[in-house]
Amino acid sequence: MAQPVVIGQRWWAHLVLVTSAFVVLGFMISLAVSIGEISIPLETTAKAVSNRLFGTAFELSRIHQGIVWDYRLSRALLAASAGAALALSGAILQALLRNPLAEPYVLGISAGASTGAVAVMILGFGYGVLTLSTGAFVGAVVAFVLVSALAAGAGGGADRIILAGVAGSQLFNALTSYIVTTSANAEQARGIMFWLLGSLSGVRWPDVYLAAPVAVIGFAVSIFYTRALDAFTFGIDAAAALGIAVNRIRIILLGATALMTAAMVSIVGSIGFVGLVIPHAARFLVGPSHGRLLPASAMIGAIFMVAADIVSRIIVPQQILPIGVVTALFGAPAFAFILYKARRPV
Amino acid sequence: MSISINDVHWSAGGLMIVNGISIDVAPGKTLGLLGPNGSGKSSLLRLICRLRNVKSGVIALGNTDIAAMARLDIARRVALVEQQATTEAQVTVLDVVRLGRTPHRGPLSPWNASDDKAVSDALRHVGMPERAGQLWHTLSGGERQRVHIARALAQTPRELLLDEPTNHLDIQHQLDILSLVTKLPVTSIIALHDLNLAAMFCDNLAILHHGKVVAAGTPEDVLTEDLIADVFGVRAHIERSAHHGRQHVQYRLD
Repeated sequence: MAQPVVIGQRWWAHLVLVTSAFVVLGFMISLAVSIGEISIPLETTAKAVSNRLFGTAFELSRIHQGIVWDYRLSRALLAASAGAALALSGAILQALLRNPLAEPYVLGISAGASTGAVAVMILGFGYGVLTLSTGAFVGAVVAFVLVSALAAGAGGGADRIILAGVAGSQLFNALTSYIVTTSANAEQARGIMFWLLGSLSGVRWPDVYLAAPVAVIGFAVSIFYTRALDAFTFGIDAAAALGIAVNRIRIILLGATALMTAAMVSIVGSIGFVGLVIPHAARFLVGPSHGRLLPASAMIGAIFMVAADIVSRIIVPQQILPIGVVTALFGAPAFAFILYKARRPV
Repeated sequence: MSISINDVHWSAGGLMIVNGISIDVAPGKTLGLLGPNGSGKSSLLRLICRLRNVKSGVIALGNTDIAAMARLDIARRVALVEQQATTEAQVTVLDVVRLGRTPHRGPLSPWNASDDKAVSDALRHVGMPERAGQLWHTLSGGERQRVHIARALAQTPRELLLDEPTNHLDIQHQLDILSLVTKLPVTSIIALHDLNLAAMFCDNLAILHHGKVVAAGTPEDVLTEDLIADVFGVRAHIERSAHHGRQHVQYRLD
C-alpha cells in the first residue's frame, strides 16, 4: 500500500494545518453565500453578516440582507454541520467495526432514520424539527440494533455486518415506501420523495440550531474517546486488554453516531458517500491515528458538503439538484481514486 | 504469588472449557501452558486478564481478586499478546507500540516523557528501534509478533500473557521470541504447542487436558512418556539433552 502522506507531525505544522482548514471552510461558506440565482458580492455578504452579528449599520438592500442571512448562510452552515457529522460518523463506525466500508448509509442507519422520520410525518406527530429528529433517532437506533443482531446471528465478522446492512437498508427503504404509498397524500408523497434524495432546500435557522450543536457534541464526544478508538485497531479483545471499557464506549459512540445521523437525515434526508469517502481521504492526508483523523474528517466533510451544495445549485441552470446526487457523483470517482492510490502491491 | 488461579471454572455455549483449574505462578517466573487444541489454554489466558469473567473460582494478581479490580487497573499490570492479531489500518510499528501506553494515559492527557521511555525501551527489547516508522502490513509474521510483544512491554506490565507467540514463525524467530520473553523481568504465562521449546525456556509447565490441569511442575517432573501418551496420544522417548541440560522429547512412529 502507498505510504500515507502524513502531514502535521510538528506543532507548528499542526497549527498551520488547522488554521488553513478553517480559512478554507470560511472561504467556502462565503462562496456558498455569494453564489446563486442572484449573485451577491463577497463584500456585501461580509457586510450583511456583520450587520446581523455585530449590529453594524452598513447600507444594504433588504433583499440582499434577507437572502444572505435567512436563506444562504443558514443553508451553508447546515451543509457544513451535516458534512462534518456524517464524516465523523463514518470514521467512528469504521474504527469500532474495524471495517473500511462502514458508514451510516451502508449500514442501514440512514434508512432507519428515514423510516422513523417519515413515520412521524405521516402518523401526524407534526413537522417540527425536534419531533422529526426524535423519530429519526428512534429509527436509526432500531435499524442499528437490528443490523447488529442480524450480523451477530450470521456469525459476526466484517463482511457479515455489511451484508446485514444491505438487508437492513432494503427493509427500511421498503418500510418507508410502504408508509408513504399507503398513508400519504400525493403532495406529501412528492415532498417526502424529494427529501429522501437529500436536499438542502427549505433549510432555515431552526434547522441549524439543531444540526450545529449535534455536530459539535458528536465531535466533542468522539474526541474524548480518541484513545479508545485507536485501541480498537486490533479488535475488541485487544481494546479490552488495554483497559478500554469496550461495551460502555461502544454504546456511547454508537449512540453519538446514531444521534448525528438521525439529526442530519431528519433535516436534509439521507446523503450517501460522505461518511464513506471523507474518512478515507482524511486518513490519506493525516494517517490513521484518531487524534488527527477525527478533526480532519470533520473539517474535510464540512468543506466537501458546502462545495457540493454550491455545485448542486449551479451545475444545471435554473435548477437545483438534490445534494445527495452531487455527493455521489463526486464521491464515487474520488473513492475509486483513493482505492487506486491505496492499492496493495500484487 | 504473582498470579494465583484457584478452582476456576468457565463455560461457553453450555460446554465447560475451563473446569476447575488451580495454578500459582511466582514473581518473575515463566509458566508454560501445554495441551492439545481446545484444552482451554487460550480461554485461561483470557480469564486471567478478565476479557472473560470466571463462572466460579478466584483469579488473583498479587493478593487482589481481579473481579474486584477496575479494567484499567488490570491493564496497567497485565499485558496480553493475542494469537495472530492483525489490522487493515495503515498503522506504523510506532503507532502499534504506542497503543501499549493506553491504560496509563487519561483521555486528554498529552504524551509525556515516561510514555516515550516505555515505548523506546520496548522497541529496543525486541530489537526494532530503527523500524519504528515501518508500516504494519509490510512486516513479516515474526516481526509482527515482536511488535505485539513490544506493545505489551510498553504497557510496563508485571504479568505478561502470551497466546502461542511462536505460531507460524520460523525456528530462528521462535527461539528469539522465547529467549526474549523468558529474560524479561516479568512474570509470564505462555501457551505453547512445542514441548521441546517449553522444556527449554519455561521454569514450570502446566499440562491442560479437557479444561483440567493433569500435571504441573518443573519440566523434568511433568514431561514423562506416559503423560505425553495420555494427553497428546503420541508415543515419545524423553531424555535429558546433552547440550542444554533440559528435557528433550523425541516422537516415535513405530
